[in-house]
Amino acid sequence: MSGNLTLSQKVWNAHIVHEEQGAPSLIYIDLHLVHEVTSPQAFQGLRDRGLKVRRPDLTIATTDHSIPTTDRSLPIIDPIAANQVAQLEKNCRDLGITHYGVHSSHQGIVHVIGPELGLTQPGMTVVCGDSHTATHGAVGALAFGIGTSEVENVLATQCLLQRPSKTFRVQVNGALKTGVTAKDIILALIAQIGIGGGTGCVLEYAGPAIRALDMEGRMTVCNMSIEAGARAGMIAPDDTTFQYLHGRHFAPKGADWDAAVTRWRKLPTDDGAKFDREVIINGDALEPMITWGTNPGMGVSINKPIPEPASVSDPLERESLTKALAYMGLEAGKPLAGHAVNVVFIGSCTNSRISDLRSAAEILKGRKVNPNVRVMVVPGSMEVKRQAEAEGLPEIFRAAGCDWREPGCSMCIAMNGDQLQPGQYSVSTSNRNFEGRQGKGGRTFLASPLTAAASAITGVVTDVRSLL
Amino acid sequence: MKPFLPFESRLVPMPNNNIDTDQIIPARFLKTTSKEGLDKQLFADWRQDPDFILNTPRGQNAQILLAGDNFGCGSSREHAPWALTQFGFRAVISTSFADIFKGNALKNSLLPIVVSHEIHTKLFALPEDAKVKVDLASQTLTLPDGERVEFPVDQFMKTCLLEGVDELGWILKQEPAIAAFEKTRVGSINTTI
Ligand code: SF4
Repeated sequence: MSGNLTLSQKVWNAHIVHEEQGAPSLIYIDLHLVHEVTSPQAFQGLRDRGLKVRRPDLTIATTDHSIPTTDRSLPIIDPIAANQVAQLEKNCRDLGITHYGVHSSHQGIVHVIGPELGLTQPGMTVVCGDSHTATHGAVGALAFGIGTSEVENVLATQCLLQRPSKTFRVQVNGALKTGVTAKDIILALIAQIGIGGGTGCVLEYAGPAIRALDMEGRMTVCNMSIEAGARAGMIAPDDTTFQYLHGRHFAPKGADWDAAVTRWRKLPTDDGAKFDREVIINGDALEPMITWGTNPGMGVSINKPIPEPASVSDPLERESLTKALAYMGLEAGKPLAGHAVNVVFIGSCTNSRISDLRSAAEILKGRKVNPNVRVMVVPGSMEVKRQAEAEGLPEIFRAAGCDWREPGCSMCIAMNGDQLQPGQYSVSTSNRNFEGRQGKGGRTFLASPLTAAASAITGVVTDVRSLL
Repeated sequence: MKPFLPFESRLVPMPNNNIDTDQIIPARFLKTTSKEGLDKQLFADWRQDPDFILNTPRGQNAQILLAGDNFGCGSSREHAPWALTQFGFRAVISTSFADIFKGNALKNSLLPIVVSHEIHTKLFALPEDAKVKVDLASQTLTLPDGERVEFPVDQFMKTCLLEGVDELGWILKQEPAIAAFEKTRVGSINTTI
């Protein structure tokens, strides 16, 4: 690969350690993020082979998935979760890995703290035993999720065996209307190309509507690349990126900063570079999106009817839609707007950053949550929590009747007791609406923080523009 | 890992598209720190339905899962192939697989076999007791009528599976190249300060 290159090809090429006939490329990893759920078996594997962690200085751990989002001074009641959390503490202590554990002031969802601390930087390769690692692509890093065997490989060698991915540009033109957000861009894309539409590809998001997003919006978009089946999602770094990173804890300082920015400015895709695939989305035409089904591709504009299975020709696909409607207890042909909601969840690595909380607070300020709705607001990290407190957001949430909690994955994955009851409906700002994802029998509508906040107030799925 | 040998088995059909890893093994079972004992949690929520195929005789003692498009989408949890192999599956046949699942499966001697829509439909139509042969060395499925269907496999992973070795041993042998690469890196972070 030479000549006119894409962003992802440039990052890939700069990390090839070794190539030989008949084998995948050996790729160097600049940053390895570790959490409690997908790491214990990898650490055990390392021990079984008598290996050390090759680069503790390029590795960082946090605890986020299985911890309670209630008072942190109390012990974890679930003994299995407590053991998993303790194992990560011990593994990190034994092997010299920095760990932002339950009581750390840097603790948070792994994909929130990476960019927030300036750990993830343009041009890096980043991996984590978690499929939403694509989030870090928002700063122009090549970031992807790996399994536990690969976590072990990276701990031991700081390298991965990989085949190059295909390149896929998502061009978002125009400008978003009021009430339409980054979340709506990505939900619209997945609805368009399908949840397997990006398989084998690295998505590069480009165009004026992407450039106009702040860094947190870009993270929301890249975060859900995996929901289109993509290996990674990336956005070329620009001044917005550099302003965001400048001064962050692990960002380069002084002369190193200047040298880094000079390097980073060379990363954007060259004019004339060819992509294997391309789609164009008209940002002007986007509406607030919501999912009605049991995968993130089953989404529609909030006022559009749920599609009829009969309109689909492929029999297995038709069957999937029918099953999804049955699980969700919904009727095709009607819009979701107006459907009753039991729970609203504002959080997750998709939408738990300060700008997400600010936009939800704007809607909730001076209003009351509908008495039939339970609302949980879960900040993405301790840093987000501190910032929200400095801005008085918890008071707004509490006055409206929301539950303001401690940082973690919470009801996004429902491993920690924060969960839906069977049959309950939630409007959730997270990224997955699979059957049972937010609790066994629970039914999830994915949407933006604005839509979530609006629905909390009315008690039914609501187009936020009716409250603006 | 044991070398991956040819075998013959009945099919366990799951005609659902997009079977995600939250169905294969729900997240509440991921609090374990071990790889063992996950077979009981395979498709735990779907198994609450007594008519679900894994609760019927057809779901027992068969080594091939026949699934709809885009099998294994969702999370990166390697618990999914661990649970499938512990239950007894050695191959999954579909028209497509999610990338991370496919990589995880291959690392655990679970063969993801991609077939055309035409063969996929033909397999779903086979009688209950029909057996299909899987031979990785020749990359072929043999159907009961004798039809042989070739399937693609990454050649490197194929060698690993046939020889029963994993990637880590191979990567560790590249130590000189890794050390040389590290000397040329610029702009590294240091998480330990
Ligand atoms: S918030 Fe949800 S999607 Fe994100 S890392 Fe946690 S569990 Fe995974």
